[in-house]
Amino acid sequence: MLESLALKLDNVFKKLRGKGLLTEKDVTDALKEIRLSLLEADVNYRVVKSFVESVKEKALQQEVLKNITPGEQVVKIVWDEMCAIMGKKGGTISFSPNPPTIIMLVGLQGSGKTTTTAKLANIFKKDGKKVLIVAADTNRPAAADQLEILGKSIGVDVHRESGKDSLAIAMSALAKRLYYDILIFDTAGRLHIDEELMEQLREMKLKLSPHETLLVADAMTGQDAVNIAESFSNNIGIDGVILTKMEGDARGGALLSIRAVTGKSVKFIGVGENVDAMEPFYPERIASKILGMGDIVSLVEKVKKNISGDSLLNLEEKIKKDSFDLEDFKEQLKQLVHMGPIEEIIGMVPGGSRLLGLVNSGPGYQKEINRAVSIINSMTKEERRNYVIINGNRRKRISKGSGTSVQEVNKLLKNFFQTKKMIKAFSGKKGKTALGRALSSVRF
Amino acid sequence: MNRLFKRLSSGLTKTREALTSALGNLFNKEGVIDRDRIEQIEEVLVLSDMGLNTAHVLIEWVKGEIATGRIKDPSQFRYYIKMRLKEMMSGNQSGLNPDTNRPYIIMVVGVNGVGKTSTIGKLAYKFKSSGKSVMLTASDTFRAGAIEQLEVWAARSSAEIIKQKSGSDPSALAYDAVISAMAREKHVLIVDTAGRLHTKYNLMEELKKMKRVIGKALAGAPHEIILVLDATTGQNALSQVRVFNEAVGLTGIIVTKLDGTAKGGIVVPIASEFKIPIRMIGIGEGISDLIDFRAEEFVDAMFDEER
Repeated sequence: MLESLALKLDNVFKKLRGKGLLTEKDVTDALKEIRLSLLEADVNYRVVKSFVESVKEKALQQEVLKNITPGEQVVKIVWDEMCAIMGKKGGTISFSPNPPTIIMLVGLQGSGKTTTTAKLANIFKKDGKKVLIVAADTNRPAAADQLEILGKSIGVDVHRESGKDSLAIAMSALAKRLYYDILIFDTAGRLHIDEELMEQLREMKLKLSPHETLLVADAMTGQDAVNIAESFSNNIGIDGVILTKMEGDARGGALLSIRAVTGKSVKFIGVGENVDAMEPFYPERIASKILGMGDIVSLVEKVKKNISGDSLLNLEEKIKKDSFDLEDFKEQLKQLVHMGPIEEIIGMVPGGSRLLGLVNSGPGYQKEINRAVSIINSMTKEERRNYVIINGNRRKRISKGSGTSVQEVNKLLKNFFQTKKMIKAFSGKKGKTALGRALSSVRF
Repeated sequence: MNRLFKRLSSGLTKTREALTSALGNLFNKEGVIDRDRIEQIEEVLVLSDMGLNTAHVLIEWVKGEIATGRIKDPSQFRYYIKMRLKEMMSGNQSGLNPDTNRPYIIMVVGVNGVGKTSTIGKLAYKFKSSGKSVMLTASDTFRAGAIEQLEVWAARSSAEIIKQKSGSDPSALAYDAVISAMAREKHVLIVDTAGRLHTKYNLMEELKKMKRVIGKALAGAPHEIILVLDATTGQNALSQVRVFNEAVGLTGIIVTKLDGTAKGGIVVPIASEFKIPIRMIGIGEGISDLIDFRAEEFVDAMFDEER
């Protein structure tokens, strides 16, 4: 996500940071390259223009140029401007004080409305809300089927009817309002913006009077993204935007342009095909990520989400008693897999975009973890508790049992020793506080 | 041809308005072509999604033409830009030829939401209309509702459909479909695939496997592997073409949603950078709204005022 833009900007800033003093020319040259990178990333032409002008104006002030770290100052200005164009507030939905909250999703065909409907419902359901999703898309064949299947998979009620027009379906769904906290309406999309679609949506909006009307748009859209957002905004009025398909190599054009042109913030981003693959959008975190400062906040949240509080407590206990064994090691490895692709994690670490090319990641990495886990699975309980007894014969047996080689078993044991050693160092006097801090920051 | 032009041209109204009004204003005024004007051209071209690189190539070329004195006045400028664009894309127009084999097997790939299933429906209708027997296989076993969607399209074009329940192995299904298409002597078999982002390693591997498996069922198949591209996509479309091409070797591209507000400019760098024919373009939601790509018509429709 956004790596190509991050890498390009990183190269620009590297040059600036290397300089003790900045001249006006240094700044203009850097801005030229920033402009190119943004345009290559599909950021709207006019947005780029005003962005560059405003950065230039601020960066050329004397106090910036004379600052002891002028390069950092310029990066800071770019960061500020990026946050400014993406808006302060990100992923917040305003719930109605008198439930139910009614949410209407609009957008073009193929932008991912139906999937997004289910993803949103899933988020609210996890918050303990009772949600109804409504298949008010009668245009696309099987859209209602899709929504029904998705609804079932997340355990959320679906309202669908056949042989009625979308408005009638919406109205009979609305009649169920008393039973739910949130109603989400999936509406019809069309291939492109036309009067017929807008009329239909305007009418539905009038009848539903939703608390939130959200535009769903494809993050890979080019220069047309702002036109789409503008027409929906002008014709039916929207409260925010959800950008989908961010997990690919989308370059961020739509993300950086939509608010600047329409004044509507991006509220959520879709980051995968599964129903739980949607995140609230935080402009500052994304700006940090694009500028190679990493996204520690999201990293910590990811850890929290994927590692249960219990297992962390256990681990802390084990570390105190120095009883970290191979079984624990296996759990740690498994959790690493749960965290998702290593690239994603590295991308959240400051300077991570630079590292991405160097790391041996990808599917090979997942495979390696799986092999390690199966090696440990081939050990007896006694061996897992007390690694000292694993002699040559046992190693042979373990390698046979796991379909690996003795060398691989040796390698795994070596990795385990190192981890154990590292943990021991951590739990020393100084380390204890550091680790304690790290652990307490991720506890619920 | 006239009908096609009209249709494409009405679809491309937005593109044309954007391109011609700016380019027109630029040169209808008297005066020299200064930096500001070059920047204005750049803006118009970049807004069409053709990308900064292509825009710069065109601009450099314009500058060269000015230096040699071939572009002197506004009317000539548009003419040369059009000529240049047609040249850049003329090598990429060639339609499908289903007569080369029976069954002629087409595999359709692409990222999510570009309109693969609808395009397959329209293709099926097209072949059916020309008297061919058509079989479809719903190998998008991942996305909820995809099979049902293809069924509706199959019914519309009265093509036969081979399916299995959602979640089954797409390669196995494709294999069965090929065997069955051979046994029933179908003219054309179109294999749908689940949409996948090109950055997903495992899913791209799955696609390679599907291709291999189809080749095992019938040597030399699939005869055509088409990437479906959404015309509203920005520069990302280039990496889609690149990655899918590296994975399965594309033999053709179909660009959809050209009737929208998108300028469709992304077709230009794709056509000039890859030697992959643009088989067809989608210009509407109707079942017959899939037409052959003609660089000449495409560029004319982009630039010309009402005829």
